[in-house]
Amino acid sequence: MSRVQNPRMIEELRDRIAHLEGGAAKRSAVIPFGVREIDERLPEGGLSHGALHEIAGGGGGTVDGAAAALFAAGIAARSAGKILWCLTRPDLFFPALAQAGLHPDRVIFCEGDKDEDVLASMEEGLSFGGLGAVVGELVRLPMVSSRRLQLAAEKSGTMALVVRRWRRQTEASDFGNPTASTTRWRVSVLPSEELPVAGVGRARWLAELMRVKAGECAEFEIGACDAKGRVCLLPQSANRPNTSTWRGSRAS
Amino acid sequence: MPADQPLVVISKSGSKRWVSAADTAARKLGLKLGMPASKAQAIVADLTMIDADPAADAAALERLALWALRQYSPVVAVDGVDGIVMDTEGADHLQGGEDLLISGLVNGLRARGLTARAAVADTWGAAHGITRVTSAETTVVRVGGVAKAVTSLPIHCLRLPPDTIHGLRVMGVETVGELSAMPRAPVTLRYGPEVGRRLDQLFGRMAEPIEPLRTPELIEAAKNFQEPIGAAETIAKYVRRLVGELTSKLEERGLGVRRSDLVIHRVDNTRQSIRAGLAKPVRDPARLSKLLCDRIEKIDPGFGIERLVLVAIMAEPLEERQVASSLIEEPVVDVTPLVDILGNRGQRLYRVTPVASDVPERSVMRIGPTTDETGATWAAKWPRPSRLLANPERIDVTALLPDQPPAVFTWRGKRRRVRRADGPERIFGEWWFRPREHAAVRDYFVVEDDAGERYWVYRAGDGVDADTGSHLWFLHGVFG
Repeated sequence: MSRVQNPRMIEELRDRIAHLEGGAAKRSAVIPFGVREIDERLPEGGLSHGALHEIAGGGGGTVDGAAAALFAAGIAARSAGKILWCLTRPDLFFPALAQAGLHPDRVIFCEGDKDEDVLASMEEGLSFGGLGAVVGELVRLPMVSSRRLQLAAEKSGTMALVVRRWRRQTEASDFGNPTASTTRWRVSVLPSEELPVAGVGRARWLAELMRVKAGECAEFEIGACDAKGRVCLLPQSANRPNTSTWRGSRAS
Repeated sequence: MPADQPLVVISKSGSKRWVSAADTAARKLGLKLGMPASKAQAIVADLTMIDADPAADAAALERLALWALRQYSPVVAVDGVDGIVMDTEGADHLQGGEDLLISGLVNGLRARGLTARAAVADTWGAAHGITRVTSAETTVVRVGGVAKAVTSLPIHCLRLPPDTIHGLRVMGVETVGELSAMPRAPVTLRYGPEVGRRLDQLFGRMAEPIEPLRTPELIEAAKNFQEPIGAAETIAKYVRRLVGELTSKLEERGLGVRRSDLVIHRVDNTRQSIRAGLAKPVRDPARLSKLLCDRIEKIDPGFGIERLVLVAIMAEPLEERQVASSLIEEPVVDVTPLVDILGNRGQRLYRVTPVASDVPERSVMRIGPTTDETGATWAAKWPRPSRLLANPERIDVTALLPDQPPAVFTWRGKRRRVRRADGPERIFGEWWFRPREHAAVRDYFVVEDDAGERYWVYRAGDGVDADTGSHLWFLHGVFG
């Protein structure tokens, strides 16, 4: 590979592209994961503000989106300011989110009847500016809608997080369709850490970075959010279950 | 005065005196409305009688109408001597729909010691008639259901002069259905055009605009158009102009608006209204016009709009405050503009706050989105699932009693083997709130299956004593 021969030139080109796109001038801050291995895979060293990030669950998580919601909550907890959380199915149990570092005073829930309401509320929240992050739980995310969210996020510099959750596990192949999101993650649960005694250890996730603008795909085995919303990298476990059945729908 | 003392109100006309109102205690003793006062006195010995004061009644009714104007709808008027009529279109969403609006209205009046009947219908006439006949406290006639709902109403609900009613009764006409089935021409010839007009208004064939009640202290801005307007951009332009006028008037008095109404008068003498509610008093023209212009698409201009009126129906004192600007601290962002925008679109906005309860579904309470921050959070350090099922679902379980976690369980048709488990976390019923939960116990376990998916399951009961629960197993939440 000869790609890093002249890093200065690459940087220059990146700056020129960013200038053409016009988004970077507003606010170039990012929320880093604080884990070197993950952050160096992301173009700006973290999840950028002013961009749309998409998170889905794998396996059973495609329907309940439990791990994906917690992953999003961990990111939101590390941002500054209020969070707008738009949803249609109000089954989120907030004590769990509070354990991931998200204080209940920071989150305003916006419950709509349809996916369209969620999209409209998210866009309004993003263009409002001044929020820390806008989280939306969506079934469908068409290209046009995701583009609108991405543009609204770019304009105000607010982070948009979309938690995808479907009605049935078979519908999750929809996740392969292209969207305008900057990063796309799939977070699925793995057997928890072994403890020397009987019990359930810290939750372990397989976070697949399925798409990232100006970057390469990667997958990480991480420990679930701690009380401050941080994740940590864990060594690959030997007794990983066979996940190839539902990973067939891998996109991009 | 004791509550069980019978009380009647006596009306007078010349030398004739009769009972015009009676309380529950008096009705129980057999007193009826319209009964001569002397007869009532003969039936009940120590009857308390009060002379009727129609002027005070009318004033009280108007006060009530003004209260309804601020609370419920931009178009409210006094209906006859004993009612209030309001146009709830475009305003019911602020109360959560028609059903919640009228049940809230009746409950609010009951809290003030008033007994009321309320009905929502397509036309003023239908709602008027139904409230005066039905015994139900609230009635909602769905759109298009008026014709069916009014056929059995007696004709005295038609707001006709007493002579006409009497004449029709002599003819043997008792109900609205019978009257509307009669040929129109002879009825008009005999009783005048009023009968036909009231029938048409009742069925919605003829418009009956409500002239809204106004008080001098209401702040409003109005604009008449020489040529009717209809295009959305034109409406938006004038709405912005009206908002500018209104806010400058509010500024003179140091007020901010909490609820504002845009009333649209169309050329065909019908009215529509848009109501915008705000979480805190506001005088910012940009914010107000955004809220109103957001819903311009809901307006049906028909043949054109000839008059726009913007009213600050509910205004509260608003002081300008100096914002401390600090170079170091992050400015605190006020989210009320966003809350207002989303709330007026009919989205349900809330925050959650902890409640001191060990029962999971009771430990979270919804509060208003702009409530003061308390800083409170959940104290428990035990793991909690990120999704909680609204209703715990039955699972089939193989487990050792009394305190072993399940070895195998079946949920939604899928059998899962438990690899790791943690528990039990015992939660007791809150007998100090609910006596039935005196002995109730739930034992919660965290279980993890082969694939690593973690669930929160519980057994109703402690596994030994049948009084503590049914010993059935339920799945309550999914961990992330």
